Amino acid sequence: MISRTAPTPDLVQAALAGRRFRLVDSLLAGGLLLSLFSSLLVLITLLADTLRTAAPVFADRGLVFVTAPLSADPAKAGVLQGIQGSLALTLFVMLIGFPLGVSAAIYLEEYATDGGFTRFITANVRNLAGVPSVVYGILGLALFVNLAGGLTNGRTIVSGGLTLTVLVLPIMIITTSEALRSVPATVREASYGVGATKWETIRHHVLPIALPTILTGTVLTVARAFGESAPLLLAGALVTNFFQPSADASVVQLITDERYTALPLVVFNWARQPQEEFVQLTAAAVVVLLVLLVSVNATTILLRDRFEMKSLR
Amino acid sequence: MISRMPAQQLSVPVEGQVGTAPNEDEGILVARDLTVHYGSFPAIKDVSMAVQPNQITALIGPSGCGKSTMLRCFNRMNDLIDSAKVTGGLTYHGVDLYGPGVDPVQVRRHIGMVFQKPNPFPKSIYANIAFGAKIAGIRSGLDELVEESLTKAALWDEVKDKLHESANALSGGQQQRLCIARAIATSPDVVLMDEPASALDPIATLRIEELMTELKQEYTIIVVTHNMQQAARVSDRTAFFNVSISEDGHRTGRLVEFDDTTTIFTNPREKSTEDYITGRFG
Repeated sequence: MISRTAPTPDLVQAALAGRRFRLVDSLLAGGLLLSLFSSLLVLITLLADTLRTAAPVFADRGLVFVTAPLSADPAKAGVLQGIQGSLALTLFVMLIGFPLGVSAAIYLEEYATDGGFTRFITANVRNLAGVPSVVYGILGLALFVNLAGGLTNGRTIVSGGLTLTVLVLPIMIITTSEALRSVPATVREASYGVGATKWETIRHHVLPIALPTILTGTVLTVARAFGESAPLLLAGALVTNFFQPSADASVVQLITDERYTALPLVVFNWARQPQEEFVQLTAAAVVVLLVLLVSVNATTILLRDRFEMKSLR
Repeated sequence: MISRMPAQQLSVPVEGQVGTAPNEDEGILVARDLTVHYGSFPAIKDVSMAVQPNQITALIGPSGCGKSTMLRCFNRMNDLIDSAKVTGGLTYHGVDLYGPGVDPVQVRRHIGMVFQKPNPFPKSIYANIAFGAKIAGIRSGLDELVEESLTKAALWDEVKDKLHESANALSGGQQQRLCIARAIATSPDVVLMDEPASALDPIATLRIEELMTELKQEYTIIVVTHNMQQAARVSDRTAFFNVSISEDGHRTGRLVEFDDTTTIFTNPREKSTEDYITGRFG
């Protein structure tokens, strides 16, 4: 039974009194902070150690390390072919994977009727995104290197690029689908309401609104492709110190050359060399890989921001 | 508020005058036994009504009575829902709106729509108005069109200096008037409004209502509203919908009564209409 007495300041004070310090809350916050630090700490240690190990290479040889070709001689070895290969592969993923993935997602989200077939496809795309990348390597070997060898010229950048494209396609489709789904229905209604067709609605309203999210997904996807090594091993990239880039080769010759490699594979190759000097070189190659990754991401983000500005007009 | 009605109706063209109940077969938009199914269940059933030109027709009724579904039949907005199926007749100037060879995209250029929540495109004010014209293939005179539409929607003076700023920066009431301007920029014949003021404050609501009264000189307006005072204040004719719930829980809306607004609010024929307008349910 609640007794109804007039509330005096003392009574109110007593009723509102409580602990200022809650042990569980503080412990929890502390624990969460600790887990944040531990993951950050590992990352920072790794980065610092790599930079420290790589420092002598850049101090001694500067940018020559970046522009010098692969070599078995640690004093002369550079990462030129690795950079060329990685950039060419990234370009493949962006030029083929991006339009293909976005188009597929537009179909699934905007055009396909919501039936059993569409749901079957969507579920499988989700499953494909979780398939280990080495499996895509096998697919690339069978499909692009062997079956379509006449078109791709075998173990070339074309085969490697297509393999990576297939690898990132499911992720591209999923992120784009989610971006399209998050566009409010009211915007679509508004567009249909003034007599726009489906395509006009998608092109003028849905895509511009979804684009920043799509491009954010693309950044992550490209980063993933950039760091992949297992599928490239199977799709024919070389793990060797013995091949020279053809200095005056045309673009077509370069991408259909049966000799190519990528930065992650250079790192992999150098990490297993017996000579002491290759420890430093490996770290230096990792630094180049990271710098390139950051610049590819920065380009995509810049692109995204430009689109965001434009969509306002 | 009802005392305002006769004065308003003087401005109505001859065919819609008080007392001369329009022939239910004649009108700019005529529904005959219109039924809409979502999946296998009817959302509205056997609705017959005729909308007269240059009038404001209000659709009122409790939640789930199908008044929005009815409104969305008029510009084939229900086509966007895969499971929706429209049967029965709906004619626009005598032409079957659901007939073969009728393009829903063209229908929506003649029968525009304003939605419940202001939904300007996240673009500039100018781009919001110009979009409809651009997709209709109009390339010249856009500046004039933007000014004219915004003037008609009583928004020009407030935005003329910031036409190229984002429409999202406008207040809710301004956004809704922008949406009205956007709807009339395609020079439609009919403007559908789905609870256009329900998300607005009383002053913004009043402005929208005044605007509707001005716009009916030029357009035919059909408005869905939850607000009975609003229906009484602005509309010429009122359709009262009610909902019946089947044993398995499916709601089906039916048109109970459709008459001059004055009649509906002062002397309704049906008991349920009277109960609703006097606030006994809904």
